[in-house]
Amino acid sequence: MSAVQTEELVEVHEVVDVAASKKARLISGSVLVVVGLLCLLGFGLGSHAGYEARFQLSQPGARIRVPALVLPARITSIVLGVIVVLLGLWRITRGGSRRAMHWVVGASIVAVVVSFLCWSLTGTRGTSLDLLGLLQQTIFLAVPLILGALAGVLCERSGVINVAIEGQMLAGAFAGALIGTVAHNAGAGILAALIAGGLIGALLAVFAIRYLVNQVVLGVVINVLVLGLTGYVYDALMARDQNTYNTPPGLHAISIPGLSDIPILGPLLFQQNAIVYAMYVLIIAIDLALFRSRWGLRTRAVGEHPKAADTVGIKVRRTRFVNVIVGGLVAGLGGASLTIGSALPFGKGMTNGKGFIALAAVIFGRWSPRGAVGAALLFGFADALQNVLSFIGTPVAIPSQFLAMLPYLATILAVAGLVGRVRAPAADGEPYVGR
Amino acid sequence: MKLELRGITKRFGSLVANDRIDLVVEPGEIHALLGENGAGKSTLMNVLYGLYEPDEGEVVLDDVPVRFAGPGDAMAAGIGMVHQHFMLIPVFTVAENVMLGHEETKGGALGWLDRRAARRKVAEVSSRYGLAVPPDALVADLPVGVQQRAEIVKALTRDAKVLVLDEPTAVLTPSEIDDLMKVMRRLRDAGTSIVFISHKLKEVKAIADKVTVIRRGKVVGQPSPTASEEELASLMVGRQVALTLEKAPANPGDVILDVRDLRVVDDAGVVQVDGVSFQVRAGEIYAIAGVQGNGQTELTECLLGVEAASEGSVHIGGRDVSQASVRDRLRLGVGYVPEDRLHDGLVGGFTVAENLILDMYDRTPFAKGVGLDLRAIAGNAAERIDEFDVRTPSGGALASTLSGGNQQKVVLAREMSRPLKLLVVAQPTRGLDVGSMEFVHRRIVAERDNGTAVVVVSTELDEVLGLADRIAVMYRGRIIGELPAGASAQEVGLLMAGSTSQASAAAGARGSGSGDE
Repeated sequence: MSAVQTEELVEVHEVVDVAASKKARLISGSVLVVVGLLCLLGFGLGSHAGYEARFQLSQPGARIRVPALVLPARITSIVLGVIVVLLGLWRITRGGSRRAMHWVVGASIVAVVVSFLCWSLTGTRGTSLDLLGLLQQTIFLAVPLILGALAGVLCERSGVINVAIEGQMLAGAFAGALIGTVAHNAGAGILAALIAGGLIGALLAVFAIRYLVNQVVLGVVINVLVLGLTGYVYDALMARDQNTYNTPPGLHAISIPGLSDIPILGPLLFQQNAIVYAMYVLIIAIDLALFRSRWGLRTRAVGEHPKAADTVGIKVRRTRFVNVIVGGLVAGLGGASLTIGSALPFGKGMTNGKGFIALAAVIFGRWSPRGAVGAALLFGFADALQNVLSFIGTPVAIPSQFLAMLPYLATILAVAGLVGRVRAPAADGEPYVGR
Repeated sequence: MKLELRGITKRFGSLVANDRIDLVVEPGEIHALLGENGAGKSTLMNVLYGLYEPDEGEVVLDDVPVRFAGPGDAMAAGIGMVHQHFMLIPVFTVAENVMLGHEETKGGALGWLDRRAARRKVAEVSSRYGLAVPPDALVADLPVGVQQRAEIVKALTRDAKVLVLDEPTAVLTPSEIDDLMKVMRRLRDAGTSIVFISHKLKEVKAIADKVTVIRRGKVVGQPSPTASEEELASLMVGRQVALTLEKAPANPGDVILDVRDLRVVDDAGVVQVDGVSFQVRAGEIYAIAGVQGNGQTELTECLLGVEAASEGSVHIGGRDVSQASVRDRLRLGVGYVPEDRLHDGLVGGFTVAENLILDMYDRTPFAKGVGLDLRAIAGNAAERIDEFDVRTPSGGALASTLSGGNQQKVVLAREMSRPLKLLVVAQPTRGLDVGSMEFVHRRIVAERDNGTAVVVVSTELDEVLGLADRIAVMYRGRIIGELPAGASAQEVGLLMAGSTSQASAAAGARGSGSGDE
């Protein structure tokens, strides 16, 4: 037996980018063709010929002014529609790999959105869209989603499913508003929000990790608990005397010298409040640390194969505890962005499903911090778009109820349709019985 | 390093898994720990590795008693362990797996990983002991043999002086086993003490310097490695066992199973079975050998109809059943013993009696109108338990509480209690002890002698050689060779590694043709 050459067995299995099956190509290609045709016929031919779509790209009073982008609405929509149809045809005939399909889908979404915007601006001649404002609002609306999603990534990478993001954010929003108002101090409010989110995280950790409660059920129960508790205190205290208990101080926008003058990016990213800057730091820190630090390696190990981690001396349950509680702190900060960060009073159930959208962003972003941020931005954009559209008189009036559905529709489409087969951390949701 | 276990006792409730076990492993010695499944070998090693705390006794390293609160302590003391189920994280690279738990970092408190140092360490250890591993490959993409090497590298980078290998050969091909043995000898010569846990007599004889046999939690002897296999087996089992299977020559009848150009493509678009054709006659055992994952699972599932073929046909008893449902095939007289008995062969939460009628619950005598005839079911259970010597407190015990051998007997009892035309058995003795193995083999041969066509799929070379009337070898979805009964282990082993030219050369050297169909 020893005569056998074993070199060939050492070879690493080739990882091939699997080509999609004929059927899958036909379906996805046809969908693109149909969408492209709708774009072409609906938005292209449906808009008034000769109207222009104006997109404003700078604020009044900006140091460097960027001229507005002016597109011939009809032609732009038609061209973009044709591009989407061609992409669909390419998909049907040539196929392409899974990776190529990601780009195709991304490009098609952008094309459809732009052609939709062009069409929406042709209701009355001379309407212009404040594109910069739209993007600013996107960021504003995405902040709680991003922070919530980061909290989800922290928990789930260590193997604990976090359905309680909603509750953690709500607790943060509540504590931030109450303590911030009473103390007349935004910093105190933020601190309180962090603590509240962290406490809810600790609650999740104790029951999920110590007492092995089913994590999905536990998350739902915690959400209901926080909704009830905050609602009760709101009714009993805050609603009666808004001035004393529910007028949180806001945060000033801080312009970063130099950076804030960059056209488009400056006003978009560098004229923000402290919570948003903290968010930038968190995004970068978590993304780097998860893949390049000892903490990150151990966190991922514990989430993938806790037994293996245990056998090399990593304390599985302690690692998970730390991650879940830190996740709670981050979600609490997300909650604070709703009240203190926006200088808005607390309202009953004011998170309104944002925690669940953040959870969807975690999945859509494939459990990676940067992916989750991208997904949260997409959902934030859908939300901002429905706000803006309700002001613009579109050529055909869209009922406001449909517009209000947009963010949730985008979430469902993203998670059900675009994500495809994603792989959660292998031990996500599995309690570890051991140390 | 000298390892001593003194009077280790570990109880789980009323069960005594280890009963005052003494063991001494000298530096630079390969010490085989021989025992059946459930004899307490793994428990003992988990005590040594700090995963369990012993109720009595102590672990002594170089004459100093030590206490381990966890695997971290054991590793720090120089004990390394390669678990039977690898403790590697599939989505990590080899280097990441190796450094996990004792990462080298730069940047102080921030703890940024120093990947270059990790890679260097892997390269250093793998070149020193001849353990070729690609440091930047994802573990999931590596063959099991290489994964195992990564596990050994992992232990060695932690300066393991005592290396415990728990059933290391269970997942390897014959040539990978040879490689592993070379590595073990090299490590021994470099002064590492090795504890080799196994229930495979041939391997223990081939590699061990000393042998300790454990039975039911107790040390029952320290035979010399030169003792015969029969001696070792009887010590291990506690009674005389026949290692060679007595069977009369086959008396093949009509063709029962006729498979033509079968092709199975899985969900991911990978061709698992690639144009397989063969025939099996009544009264013969057709054994399919091959390393795990070469399409055998898909082939057997396709014979039963659990998996759909994308091309080709399956005829049973002259009837084309390619489109027939699983139930139709069972009614035709197909018996099926799946490779994963606990997952696919039994319902763990059902009783033994219920498991024994899973495929006949809707027929007389077990069905009574829309209800079940519980008395008939209990009567059937009593009979089967007696006939197949299933060790269970009663027919009412849950299947999941039985030992592996007894679970397998339940599956066999169910499948063989119907009149069969074709019996498909996948991995008949995986994880079974020697005693149960012998029983299962005898029942399979008895079924053949009844005139049933039998297909046995096994990754165990000895099992294939012992049972088969004809041997086929599957490699990458194809049957790359058929050999007559009496083919040598070397020929089959070469085919299992996909080497057809060398196999025919070996057959030629032996002076007999191969694949005489």
